Amino acid sequence: MGAIQARLPLFLSPPSIKHHTFLHSSSSNSNFKIRSNKSSSSSSSSSIIMASIKVHGVPMSTATMRVLATLYEKDLQFELIPVDMRAGAHKQEAHLALNPFGQIPALEDGDLTLFESRAITQYLAEEYSEKGEKLISQDCKKVKATTNVWLQVEGQQFDPNASKLAFERVFKGMFGMTTDPAAVQELEGKLQKVLDVYEARLAKSEFLAGDSFTLADLHHLPAIHYLLGTDSKVLFDSRPKVSEWIKKISARPAWAKVIDLQKQ
Amino acid sequence: MGAIQARLPLFISPSIKHHSFLHSSSSNSNFKVRSNKSSSSIIMATIKVHGVPMSTATMRVLAALYEKDLQFELIPVDMRAGAHKQEPYLSLNPFGQIPALEDGDLSLFESRAITQYIAEEYSEKGEKLLCPGCKKVKATTNVWIQVEGQQFDPNASKLAFERVFKGMFGMTTDPAAVQELEGKLQKVLDIYEARLSKSEFLACDCFTLADLHHLPAIHYLMGTDSKVLFDSRPKVSEWVKKITARPAWAKVIDLQKQ
Repeated sequence: MGAIQARLPLFLSPPSIKHHTFLHSSSSNSNFKIRSNKSSSSSSSSSIIMASIKVHGVPMSTATMRVLATLYEKDLQFELIPVDMRAGAHKQEAHLALNPFGQIPALEDGDLTLFESRAITQYLAEEYSEKGEKLISQDCKKVKATTNVWLQVEGQQFDPNASKLAFERVFKGMFGMTTDPAAVQELEGKLQKVLDVYEARLAKSEFLAGDSFTLADLHHLPAIHYLLGTDSKVLFDSRPKVSEWIKKISARPAWAKVIDLQKQ
Repeated sequence: MGAIQARLPLFISPSIKHHSFLHSSSSNSNFKVRSNKSSSSIIMATIKVHGVPMSTATMRVLAALYEKDLQFELIPVDMRAGAHKQEPYLSLNPFGQIPALEDGDLSLFESRAITQYIAEEYSEKGEKLLCPGCKKVKATTNVWIQVEGQQFDPNASKLAFERVFKGMFGMTTDPAAVQELEGKLQKVLDIYEARLSKSEFLACDCFTLADLHHLPAIHYLMGTDSKVLFDSRPKVSEWVKKITARPAWAKVIDLQKQ
């Protein structure tokens, strides 16, 4: 099943949870099943570990992917709890208690509950700043402020267009709806202007916020992933610096793990 | 001119071609360029905001500066002449939008990045805009900062554009768009109503950037028929009254009147 790093989901939540829990692990790992009680192993309490981080979402969702990418970059154990969107579970009370907007993902870490993927990623990057890859700069105020600028750029300039374009080109088809060519043209026009700014920026800076990969780059991965599988890929391919940047950020091992999750 | 707190804009750079509005009380003779007296009487504001008081995003930044009691220079951008789409402005904000902020040699754009910089860099000054201390509250504040930016503002700012700004620019409000946007905004405000029943402000029991970021769009919408969306929700209405009553916000509104 590819390069999925084995997690150790040694404890599955009690059977009272009705939904099917996917604990991230290699499918070839026998740890995927619930461990039965063996007296020989009971001497080691470390064989039962409850992942303190739970992600409620689905691997196909761009916002969930944003959070998963961050978890993989930080090399954190987590449990991915699917939300049955088709059955409308995201609009019902158990999920609404986690995300009152009825959207995915939501994240639980111990007794902390969060929603909005970009708030979740920032929490993970700061709370676990010492683990795995560095995703934000804590030290220099100038770099931190600049990272926030480009985090906002993704959220306010890029994503409104990119996610609607991905919806038109990719998700509408999945849901039996018809792509609106006028909308595609309008969205591509707006996205081109944004990407022109990116092209100029990336000519001066290896990554958006500076010379290191940060959340500001990571947040783009899901929408770009979907758009590269469509005719909109030319918007990226036709801009050399943007194209180079995409190759770099999409080649990261953590991102490959997110894509692999989709294939399971 | 109301309760404008006097700033001391003691230096106006003559090489700047545009007209600089340095924030100060108009009754204060310090408004003019000071002649050379003692060297301590010439202070250059290190913080410069490029924008206009009417712009919602500029107002967001101005509110944060006033809350923190910071000196700043407001440098108008001649939108009508298209200055925001030309150099030198594009060097400050490559998206050709206002505002941009300079603080010494640091240059920033995107109002919500600017306010967060101000709140963190000057955390010890003026009002606290981020709940201090525990990581849980900080993470929750970021959640509601994202909610404003991703759930509230896309609808509220388009609605303000339809109801308020289109008229200013000689365009016609689209009633179908208004209805659709109000429908979406109502759903968001229902969630706010529930949230504010459990929490005095959005993120926690203190006023934070998560609340402040809403002020400009709410200000404009409260002057239109869309105000009923807010008035009809008791907790939301109470919250709107509280946050709009803040002295720092009154200063932002006063700037518009100058």
